[in-house]
Formats: sequence, structure tokens, C-alpha cells
Amino acid sequence: MISLEHISQSIHEALAVSLNPTLTMLIEMAIAGVLVISLFAVLGLVLVFMERKVSAYMQIRLGPNRVGYKGFAQTAADTLKLLIKEGLTPDGADKFLFNFAPLLVIIVAMLIMAPIAFTKGFQLWDINIGVLYVSAVSSVSVIGILMAGWASNNKYSLLGAMRSGAQIVSYELSAGLSIITIVILVGSLSINDIIASQQNGWWIFKGHIPVIISFVIFIIAVTAETNRAPFDMAEAESELTAGFHTEYSGMKFALFFLAEYVNIFVVCAIGATLFLGGWMPFHIGSWEGFNRIMDFIPGIVWFFGKVFFLIFLIMWFRWTFPRLRIDQLLNLEWKYLLPIAMFNLLLTTLMAITGFYFK
Amino acid sequence: MFLIGYIKTIYNTCASLLKGMRMTGYYFFNHKEIITQQYPDVKQELPERFRGEVILIHDEKNEHRCTGCTACELACPNATIKIVTKMEVQPDGKKKKALDTFVYHLELCTMCNLCIVACPTDAIKMAQSFEHSVFDRNQLTKKLNAPGSKLMEGVE
Repeated sequence: MISLEHISQSIHEALAVSLNPTLTMLIEMAIAGVLVISLFAVLGLVLVFMERKVSAYMQIRLGPNRVGYKGFAQTAADTLKLLIKEGLTPDGADKFLFNFAPLLVIIVAMLIMAPIAFTKGFQLWDINIGVLYVSAVSSVSVIGILMAGWASNNKYSLLGAMRSGAQIVSYELSAGLSIITIVILVGSLSINDIIASQQNGWWIFKGHIPVIISFVIFIIAVTAETNRAPFDMAEAESELTAGFHTEYSGMKFALFFLAEYVNIFVVCAIGATLFLGGWMPFHIGSWEGFNRIMDFIPGIVWFFGKVFFLIFLIMWFRWTFPRLRIDQLLNLEWKYLLPIAMFNLLLTTLMAITGFYFK
Repeated sequence: MFLIGYIKTIYNTCASLLKGMRMTGYYFFNHKEIITQQYPDVKQELPERFRGEVILIHDEKNEHRCTGCTACELACPNATIKIVTKMEVQPDGKKKKALDTFVYHLELCTMCNLCIVACPTDAIKMAQSFEHSVFDRNQLTKKLNAPGSKLMEGVE
């Protein structure tokens, strides 16, 4: 059976035969870079279109349906428009920081892509601290947002960036705590170990109520971390025009826009890996026949299916709930999510010690 | 006591949020009724009193009812209408004032309906058309009387 693992393996072997190790590595890095960038481009197009269609369907509208077949070319046309627009830098702005901020945000989004396992043996970088790496790097994006807000020399931008900073820093805590519950159950920080531990069932089914609670907390926290409604205080169109990217136009704005959607994809990929088994097919305990049938569906389909399910969930939140005020937002984190996450961590630890979960 | 209130808050929050999600989820999966109008494909029936633009009514014999009295021009609050008149020789040899050009500046018009009210012979009325966009604003200055048209018999 042809799998992505075999393809990548055979490319590696073909290169290793004819070239020296350094050159092989360089070429492989270039291929990986091109793949990641093209995945970004495709994700940007698909997710923006999906968002517009989902929002339209939830609000009993039709959504984009003019450009191309049933509107599928709409986002491509939008991207083309953004490409040919002028990238204006305001007079009062800090030129270097202003132009660097979108790059930083997109670089961070790219870095988090590294340890994600797309299917068996198809991963950019297999490190033993994958989850720690992701939660560490993802918080760097707040620097990009603060940089954009500060360098714009605009009160709306600065206010949006400051709100975003407060929000991301506080929600990082409960996201981290809910990730730790899975790490405790697995006993490893490596993404591959976490996926392998879900061979006989995903954690959300195996881990009883504590894992479900931590899944809910994780989803809420990542919605806040990616600055999406109902936690879009950083952008809050009705209060801050567009928050930290008020002054951005053209391709620089497009980079922020793309980074938002790539971030959603990445956090949903992490959520799918931790709670829904990543590329692991749906297995039930020791039902050999059932598991064998499920294995026929390739891992990449499972992975993207789960990720898009979570993305749909987050879009569903966005088009249902009203925006929180900044004090309500911090109340929710510090008075509700964090204590619950801590208590939940205690429960999970007890569960892991006593072995009270489906093995 | 505090703990009970705390848990109650969480429960009520989750319940109300799920209620909202059920509503939007129902709309998403039962995509039948569309509340927006599919404008260029399906055009709405406009109400009779809708004011789109001023037109001069012509009948099938290419005759209008405008005597060139300039009542509409005087009634117009923002100089939208300009009536150009000419002296026409009647069959009995008398000269009489008649309409030469009815100039209408659509770009200045606020659709206030005062000209229609002022018209003593009911020569003009408001039309239903509203798709007025053009690339050059000169195209918005219109000549309302059709070429070769003349005054209807018996209208003074």
C-alpha cells in the first residue's frame, strides 16, 4: 500500500544515494519548506471559504456563490486583490517593527507546524518534547501582535494589542494545564508517544469525565488564544475598528489574516492529537475485526477529518456566541477555567496513579 | 454555600450556551429557508410609492403633458430640474411658450417628490427604477422629453 511514509522514505533514499549527507539534508529542508508554505496557502484559501460558508449557513444566508463554481474561487480572487493592493506604512509608524510584525506572526505559525504528525511516520521534526515545544512557541505570537499594535502608532491598535496580550497570557495557563492532563496519562511529551498511546481508543473516550472537562477547557482556551469570537477582544470590530491590524493593508494584512487561520489549524491539530488520537483510526479496545476495518482508511484522512471537525466546532462558537467584555473575559479565565483546570489536573493525577481508566 | 452558587453558574452558562449552539446548528444542518434576497437573479416587487427617479410621462403618440410652466423648477429645493422653453407658432398664427428641454440632474436629486406635487398638469411622476450607477457622472444629467415629442392636445 502506498503511504506518505513510503513516499518520504523513498525520496530520502533516492537523494542519499546520489548526494552527500549535508546536501541531502538541505534539499529535504527545502522540500519540507515548500510543502509547508503550500499547505499554508491551501489552508488559507480553504478555511476562509469554509468560514464564510459556515457563517452564511448558520445565519440562513447563502454565502459567496458568484466567483467560480458555487463560489469556490472567491477566496482566490480575494487573495489576488490583496496581492495587488498597496502595502501602506503610516508616517508615524515605527517602520522596521511595523513591517516585521506580520512576518514574526507567520514565522511563529510556521514553527508550530514542525512537530505535528500528519500520518504515521510523516512528520517534519520528531522531538521528544513536542507538546512542550508547541505550547512554548505558540506564546511567541503575542510578541508579534504587541509589536504590530505598538509600531502602528494608533490608539486602536495599541489598545487591541494590549487586550490581546492580557488575553493570550492568561489563557495560556488553562490551555497548558489541560494539555498536562493528557501528558500525565501518557507519561510522555512526544507527539508520537501520545498518538501511540491511543492505539486502543482515543483519550476522550478512555479518560472518563476529567479528560472531557480538560477537552472543553482546551477548546475554550485555544479559541481565546487564537483571538477568535467570542474572545476577539483584540480585533473587536465594533469597538476598535480592527484592533492590532487597523493600520495594515495589502499583503501585510493578508499575512495576519493567514496567520489567524493557520493558528486555528495548528491548535486544532494539537487538540486532535491530544484528545482524538491524531492520525490514529477509531479503535475500540480489543475488537480486532472492527479495528482492522478502520485501519483501511488512511491516517491522513483521519487526521484532517478530526482537525476539520474541531475547526468546525470553533467556527460554530464564533457564529453563535456574543463577544465577552474584557472584565468578563478575565473573570472567566481566573475565576472559572483556571480553578477547574487545576482541580481537574488533581483528579487526572489520581486517575493515572490508581489506573482508573480504560487501558 | 458559595460552591453551590459557583457550580450553578457553570451549569446555567453551559446550558444557555448549548441552547444557542443548538439553534445555529439547526440552521446549519437544515439549510432550506434563505432570508436574504438573491438580488440580481430575483428582483423584488417594489411598492407603488417607491421613488427611484423623475420621469416625464409620454403616451403612445409621443406626446407629453408638460406646458413648460417651470413650477417644478421653482419647487425643487436643490436645483435638480432646469426647464428650457421656446416660443412655438400655433396654427392660428399666435405664439405660445412651449417646452424645449426638460433637464434633470439625477446626481442632485433627493427624491423629495416636491416637483411632482407642484406640477399643475401631472406631467411628471416618480419611476420605480433604482439601478442608476454609471461610470461618468455626466451621464446622470438627463433630458427627460423624448426627441420629437410635443404637448398633448387640450393641456393648458
